[in-house]
Amino acid sequence: MTKLIIILLSAVFINNYVLSRFLGICPFLGVSKKINQAVGMSVAVIFVMLIATAVTWPIQIFLLNPNNLGYLQTIVFILVIASLVQLVEIILKKYIPSLHKSLGVYLPLITTNCAVLGVTILNITEEYTFLEAMVNSLGSGLGFFLAMVMFSGVRSLIEGADVPKAFRGLPITLVAASITSLSFLGFSGVIENLFA
Amino acid sequence: MSKAQIFLKGLIKENPVLVLILGTCPTLAVSTNVMSALGMGAASTIVLLCSNIVISALRKVIPDKVRIPCYIVLIAGFVTMVQMLVKAFAPALDEALGIYLPLIVVNCIILGRAEMFANKNTVIDSAIDGLGMGIGFTLALFLMATIREVLGSGSWLGFSIPVLADNNISIMTMAPGGFLVFGILIAVINTVTKKKNPKTEFGCAGCPSAEICGKAKGGEVEK
Repeated sequence: MTKLIIILLSAVFINNYVLSRFLGICPFLGVSKKINQAVGMSVAVIFVMLIATAVTWPIQIFLLNPNNLGYLQTIVFILVIASLVQLVEIILKKYIPSLHKSLGVYLPLITTNCAVLGVTILNITEEYTFLEAMVNSLGSGLGFFLAMVMFSGVRSLIEGADVPKAFRGLPITLVAASITSLSFLGFSGVIENLFA
Repeated sequence: MSKAQIFLKGLIKENPVLVLILGTCPTLAVSTNVMSALGMGAASTIVLLCSNIVISALRKVIPDKVRIPCYIVLIAGFVTMVQMLVKAFAPALDEALGIYLPLIVVNCIILGRAEMFANKNTVIDSAIDGLGMGIGFTLALFLMATIREVLGSGSWLGFSIPVLADNNISIMTMAPGGFLVFGILIAVINTVTKKKNPKTEFGCAGCPSAEICGKAKGGEVEK
């Protein structure tokens, strides 16, 4: 149980996907302008990360590894994620239209989101069990959510600020991201010592 | 456009990282030292070159509606080949790049060039474009990594620099330094080039998959 909590908390705070692993930077910088869009995007990411892990982990362990096909990992995973996203969109549209309305627009953007492919591959390289892999995906998704919501707050403050001409737009956003990720550095080492 | 122009535009005028703002994730992640930046650049250039050639050669065969899945499969195939080659011949590089090596699949530069150039142009033009863009990507990575390694670890390509080695600013090799150096570099480039409409907005417009999904424009997701 302690191990699961450590995995969860490290995924959220220490190895935060956006701010320390640099995965999923595109949506982090692109969709973080308004807080409701940031929330929608991150909920969609958590959702897809969990489903993708639930599907790719058994494929790797029960299908690829016993047949010595481990080298096909990259191709298989990206195909599974791409078709999964399409499938989820179709199912949501048919059965839960209200959820499709709020998440639907973000789903196609997630196919090429490196955070989703990243979490599925990392679950395998870290040799997690199925439960640990699911917890890691949940933590990674929550970390993404936290970073997105925090950053959309920071960005709304930049909107009103008087920024030097050269830094207007993207450069000041990146500098703000730098300071935001600085705050996450403070967590390093905390989690291990918490349970030591 | 002449062959030389196609090649040169990828280096400076349409540099994929610093001007088109594509492939941000690997740029920030592997630019902590010059060696892994060059390795990443070389791996991506090979994938880009191969995928551009094959996609261009198959552009009349692949049906328009299923082109994106086809491109992704082709790109993933080339990435797997590069992954195996790196594992066999440069295990140290494989260790340094880690997860970012398989993630070349989702690097928007590669899908972006397939979508923007290779499916409209001849094989030779696409090969030149792929090579130019790949070298442009490597140059940008090299520039970022040089700044970060010199300031952050006081060394360059592993060689220690006398005074800086004792006064290194280790934050530069960590995550915040990556964002900071990238932000300042883009600000400098926007000022030096004095473009009339510098790309100040990062959004789905900067991402080639925006055209594909057709649902996002100018960084705003349409309701």
